[in-house]
Amino acid sequence: MRELSYSAAASEALREEMERDENVFLIGEDIGTVGESEDLFTEFHQRRVWQTPISESAFTGLAVGAAAVGLRPVVEIMYCDFVTVAMDQICNQAAKIHLMSGGQIKLPMVIRTPAGCGTREGGHHSGSLEAWFMHTPGLKVVMPSTPYDAKGLLKTSIRDDGPVLFIQHRRLHPGTQQVPDGEWIVPLGKADVKREGKDITVVATSYAVTKTLVAAKALEKEISAEVIDPRTLVPLDIDTIVASVKKTGRLLVVHEAHRRAGAGAEIVRRVVEEGVDFLKSPPRVLGSQNVPIPYSPPLEDAVIPQVADIITTIRSMVKGSPSL
Amino acid sequence: MPDKSDLTHMLRQMWRIRLFEERLRKFHDYRGYFASNTPTSEAASTDELLTCVGYDFVSKGLIGGAVHLSIGQEAVAVGVCAHLNDDDCVVTSHRGHGQAIAKGIGLSSALAELMGRSGGCSGGFGGSMHLFDAEHGFLGGNGIVGGQLPISLGPAFAAKYRGTRQVSVAFFGDGAVNQGTFHESLNLAALWRLPVLFVCDNNLYANTTPAALGLSQPDVAQHAHGYGIPGEIVDGQDVLRVYEVAGQAVTRARNGKGPSLIEAKTYRYEAHCGVAAQHQNPEECEQWKQRDPIELFGRKLLADGVISEEQQRQLYSEVAAELDAAEAFAVGSPLPTVERLTEFLI
Repeated sequence: MRELSYSAAASEALREEMERDENVFLIGEDIGTVGESEDLFTEFHQRRVWQTPISESAFTGLAVGAAAVGLRPVVEIMYCDFVTVAMDQICNQAAKIHLMSGGQIKLPMVIRTPAGCGTREGGHHSGSLEAWFMHTPGLKVVMPSTPYDAKGLLKTSIRDDGPVLFIQHRRLHPGTQQVPDGEWIVPLGKADVKREGKDITVVATSYAVTKTLVAAKALEKEISAEVIDPRTLVPLDIDTIVASVKKTGRLLVVHEAHRRAGAGAEIVRRVVEEGVDFLKSPPRVLGSQNVPIPYSPPLEDAVIPQVADIITTIRSMVKGSPSL
Repeated sequence: MPDKSDLTHMLRQMWRIRLFEERLRKFHDYRGYFASNTPTSEAASTDELLTCVGYDFVSKGLIGGAVHLSIGQEAVAVGVCAHLNDDDCVVTSHRGHGQAIAKGIGLSSALAELMGRSGGCSGGFGGSMHLFDAEHGFLGGNGIVGGQLPISLGPAFAAKYRGTRQVSVAFFGDGAVNQGTFHESLNLAALWRLPVLFVCDNNLYANTTPAALGLSQPDVAQHAHGYGIPGEIVDGQDVLRVYEVAGQAVTRARNGKGPSLIEAKTYRYEAHCGVAAQHQNPEECEQWKQRDPIELFGRKLLADGVISEEQQRQLYSEVAAELDAAEAFAVGSPLPTVERLTEFLI
């Protein structure tokens, strides 16, 4: 076992996959000069790591065309917010070409991007945009919350034959964890039960997993909360979530993305379509308020769900449950 | 220089595109197809509505939706694609039947695709704007104006990455020139010396908007100079001129010298969309028809003694017969089974 950071785990996955498969290459802005790919840039430059101009549409589209002829591009978008300028290439092209070609063309490509707020960067550098991609058939959406998952899921995503949005969280980057030596993979569509409990199921994604685990620990003497990290939103391991809610009778979903029409709303839909007779209280979603993310710390913190909000919500759901 | 067999092939390809698109008139019925999908009677019983099938094929109306013809522009697709091998890739726009056929897609599978049949090149999943044929390096039309330009960089990049000699071609209209993707793609291709041909079918209209209202620089080829790559204007009605200019660009690209931009001045005889609508400017259209690319080429071949009138008539008949066979194939091809959708569910 050894200590590995979230960002180093992702780099390790890239290195191993590039060594394993000649078809894997990296492409994006500033890679090799800033951030976690720096060491890769030195080693694999020029042929495997391609530093691009600031042209997200062009290099994302290039990756689509390269994947169509058998390469396995890993596209880096520096901030999740910047995918907006490549949206046509992602949502109209990458997501649809497999179907529109009648299955002739596969697009094995990963779009890797750091997302999330709480970093005091204002409205254009704080997006959590996973719901947009969940809403676009043809894409897979992966959101690791630990170094172990970052490495294992990135390797699986690179080996997948379809386009994958691999959304990291900037606040998780420095976090470390004890991990095994060598190589491992984590399958897509397999949730991780982070903590078992009997009173409430809390499904959390990305950095909200960290916050939720803190809340669950603080509450453990009064409430037994089961915490589930779905790890991948598409495909979604709904069976694990439903089984847990059937056991606890309560469902809270926590994420940093806006509450309206978000991943939480979708998870609640999937659960209540399985039935409501097992519910002891109405399901709830904690997400960012429906305003763009503001800059000033008190404003930003008020918009994003904090540990205190999670504690209060869990308490009110378990102890002050309005009956269904 | 193209030999007799090359020239015959090009004439045949131009006729195949022309007759294919003309044949669509027999089957396309946008209104009828559209209406058949809508329950119209408020008095319909629940049982009737539950068993209602959304499509109602009649003698006409086997093809619905948007169909964009390129009649009049055949020389551009044929003159360029004559230089390409199966492992060279082409992407194109919504007006892409011509390039698809010129790149080697079969008339049967193309027509079946427009009819939404399982025997279509895209299995009925794509339609007119999404013909695909990976085996022949045809990576699709595109319903988003300019969406194909970044994609064209990919196969070119792959050739450079692998150290092979394939080239990639992006066809697009004058409308796409005003998209950011055009400029981003030219820059990146020039920067990395990617083996790409950017081929603009400048037919003077972006949908219904005349180029004069859309292009600040009416000569699209001029943009090449801003990116330090060759840009050439060519008479898009003259297939031999297109062939010559495209040949230079393909050679350049294969030899690692990077991308080129070719602007073909051409014209579509039909409206932006549909199979029987008159061009919005009939007088201008009549003038362009005086320089029909197939007639010009046919006369030239005759004058040069390459292909006689009798041989040209024979070639035309062969293509017409090929279309008849394609039609029989397409009409007889079963509709896709709904079960196939599960292949694409995630």
